Amino acid sequence: MNTKINDINRKLLMDRSSPGRVGATLPPSDVPKQKLPPDKYLRENINLPELSESELVRYFSKLSQFNFSIDHNFYPLGSCTMKYNPKINDEIASIKGLSNLHPLQDESTVQGALKLMFELQNSLCEITGMDDISLAPMAGADGELAGMLMTKAYHLANEEPQRKKILIPDSAHGTNPASAAMAGFEVITLPSDHNGNADIEALKSSVDETLAGLMITLPSTLGLFDTNILDVCRIVHNAGGIVYGDGANLNSLLGRVKLGELGFDIIHSNLHKTFTQPHGGGGPGAGPVIIKDFLSDYLPSPVVRLNQKDNSYSLYSPKNTVGKMGAFHGNFGALVRAYSYIKTLGEPGINQISQNAVINANYIRSQLKDYYDLPFNRTCMHEVVFSAKNYKQEYGISALDIAKRLIDYGIHPPTMYFPLIVDEALLIEPTETESKDTLDYFIEVMKVISKEAKDNPELLRNAPHNTTNSRVDEAKAARNPNLRWSPINNT
Amino acid sequence: MNTHEDLGYISPYIPNTDLDRKNMLNKIGVSSIDELFKDIPDKYRNPNLNLTKPLSEFELKKYIDEICSMNIVPGDYSCFLGGGSYQHHIPAIVNQLSTRSEYMTSYTPYQPEVSQGTLQTEYEFQSLCCLLTNMEVANAGMYDGSTSLAEAALMSARINKKSKIAILNTVSPTYIEILKTYTQYQGLSIYMIEENQTKLEDDTTCLIVQNPNFYGNIDDMNKFADIAHKHEALLVAYTDAMSLGMFIPPGDYDADIAVAEGQTLGVPTSFGGPYVGIFTCKKKYIRQMPGRIVGATEDTKGNTAYVLTLQTREQHIRRENATSNICTSVALIALMSTIYMASLGKSGIKHIAELCYQKAHYASNLINKIPGYSLLSDKVFFREFGIICPRPPKEINKILLEKKIIGGLDISDKVENGMLISITELNSKEEIDLLVSALSEIK
Repeated sequence: MNTKINDINRKLLMDRSSPGRVGATLPPSDVPKQKLPPDKYLRENINLPELSESELVRYFSKLSQFNFSIDHNFYPLGSCTMKYNPKINDEIASIKGLSNLHPLQDESTVQGALKLMFELQNSLCEITGMDDISLAPMAGADGELAGMLMTKAYHLANEEPQRKKILIPDSAHGTNPASAAMAGFEVITLPSDHNGNADIEALKSSVDETLAGLMITLPSTLGLFDTNILDVCRIVHNAGGIVYGDGANLNSLLGRVKLGELGFDIIHSNLHKTFTQPHGGGGPGAGPVIIKDFLSDYLPSPVVRLNQKDNSYSLYSPKNTVGKMGAFHGNFGALVRAYSYIKTLGEPGINQISQNAVINANYIRSQLKDYYDLPFNRTCMHEVVFSAKNYKQEYGISALDIAKRLIDYGIHPPTMYFPLIVDEALLIEPTETESKDTLDYFIEVMKVISKEAKDNPELLRNAPHNTTNSRVDEAKAARNPNLRWSPINNT
Repeated sequence: MNTHEDLGYISPYIPNTDLDRKNMLNKIGVSSIDELFKDIPDKYRNPNLNLTKPLSEFELKKYIDEICSMNIVPGDYSCFLGGGSYQHHIPAIVNQLSTRSEYMTSYTPYQPEVSQGTLQTEYEFQSLCCLLTNMEVANAGMYDGSTSLAEAALMSARINKKSKIAILNTVSPTYIEILKTYTQYQGLSIYMIEENQTKLEDDTTCLIVQNPNFYGNIDDMNKFADIAHKHEALLVAYTDAMSLGMFIPPGDYDADIAVAEGQTLGVPTSFGGPYVGIFTCKKKYIRQMPGRIVGATEDTKGNTAYVLTLQTREQHIRRENATSNICTSVALIALMSTIYMASLGKSGIKHIAELCYQKAHYASNLINKIPGYSLLSDKVFFREFGIICPRPPKEINKILLEKKIIGGLDISDKVENGMLISITELNSKEEIDLLVSALSEIK
């Protein structure tokens, strides 16, 4: 037999198709036959697969098994907060009374949905210490864009069009500069100091009357709480700038500190990180933008308001809104899950998240610091960054090799080569939903890999060994893009 | 032995016990949890958190039931709302397969060796989007149809470096709003053109059309492609994915970029999201595309593998010079649409599209005969059509609601007493007849 099992599993839908197969039972029309439009409007042929339901179930089930996922694997992907996604949230979000609602129904017929959104708005403001919020942005980067558009609109309304400069620390996620650029700003990179904090001297020398604001992630993507943060906010404010907080790492701050009280003017929260909307292999997410009240008039539309007169809820478009971020009211399904999560945990449950996330990360730090280089040897928050540069120098083993070897032990690789300012970075975020037992296993594996790097480096360079695919040729994919099935390139 | 209550509050999502924490703090070398947070200024540490008390699953469900009872739910009521979000039947396998936790609880597939499930389904999504639209290439998905359209305009400006966006006046006003949000500080200007206009202004980067348009009508798009191309502008087409089961696809009228709302393909209306934006274009423009793109390649053993590709366009590499700030591809919703398209397949998509067409025309013919009501136009349409009512639609919808009917979309801000009625395969003949008889009684 020449056919490999892998070939069968990897065969594409169109190559599995057979004329005459049907995947769904559809009813005949129950109305009298209507006149069709002229032929020039009509499509002659449509080329889509023909497969039975049973074959589809086999195919998509089989493919799913080629994924690592939180439900199956420890997934310590730094800055991504891959924590357990409670099942009750999915069940609530799929209740017909929520999932069947049409976005353009009259407000009087969706008071429940609006009440839910209103209460979520209030909870997120309370947790972050901010005043007002729009749930409209559909992802973290969309929240960043909303915040940057608001920054722009605010300065223009104050007749300060010269404020064109946004400062962004060199440790920032790539969406920060990309979002600032989409809002028409010029991006200036701010260096970090030797402790991993924003470089205060560099900050002082970068602020002037052209400063629009600062985008900063707290804790930083190095997993560190910037001990200069009060000074940072003060310097930016004194120069007339807006302090924008990327809430990607909010998980470590829940109940420990409120960003609003520290001086942040705008933040976004990634509901798919901190508030357990499943990541779904790359979305959907939700990135509400949360602000101080002097910016309320610029919030993206819509915002849910409670009308005190008759206790009814309505969708509202702020006076000088930066506009709508999407066709409707944000990713409602993700909002329902975040709401369900906050309701389930309440005050005590929300309070325990950061404590356990931070203990877990520091435990890993303390147990692996003798094996892997710590570029910043101080207490971390919810994630810890190691550097594999010593392994690179001594054994030619890269962060990538270590990460790929983890796969052989059933562990998803940490974030690699990010933040960019750490050589051979391995950014590890265990989250609060992992047990000490799991962490001990991970620590043990990392120690074994450290030994393997010396004794048997080839084992790492060729890893992973037992996956559907070994390492893939990314250069080839980019050189000759093959982006879709076609009868020519796939037969 | 302690009772459950004696234990005090314990989060069901946190496995570590007091003893675990104590042991770990010991190994870390600190004496208290608070010591780990000492970098936070004292004054601001451990603020008061004013949230509700925790709810058990059944308490939460009861509370959500109360919330749901404040909603009127399509399904319980017949519903004739469209306007960019449409109710279609979703086959059971769409939810059963897409909610597998291997798909749901994985991250963006940066590690191809452990993400082939997501990557191959994304490649399938791109493939089926291309087949449906007859376009050459597609990306792995955008936030929704409206943001796909905004990104298409930005992409067009990157391609030909021109600065004016022409929009046909039948494009949804909502999509124009979103377009304005995303383009407002990019040095681009927007102007509207009439249907009979054949000239574009100098420096026009693209002509944006919607087909079927906001009013539900299908136009001959070849004319607009000619106008755009004569002026060296791109034709950007916003299309309705379901309509393509029956009507000419954008690839056949030479669209340069074609986008669509993926919601109509197997995704619940869910009060407006999450949806997925379909984004397709001519192959020569792929390096200016926004978003995630999956490509086929080989692994070190020569086996077929899939991988995120052309990443040098993206924010994590190019930062402020990226083609877009977008980081998500709404992979899970794209997966739902993929399974939907595969399930309905070649004959099913056509059949559903025809059911929509047949029923919508049945309804429009009957409504047109009711004294006081008329159709907004006699043009070809798909599943949504405009009517002119004898009274403001707001009043009509209020009366319909009493008869358990969610009426059409009020467009009286554009057309006096105008309403858009949307009909899908889920609206039975009986429902349509009830709508017609209810309208007949409202004079």
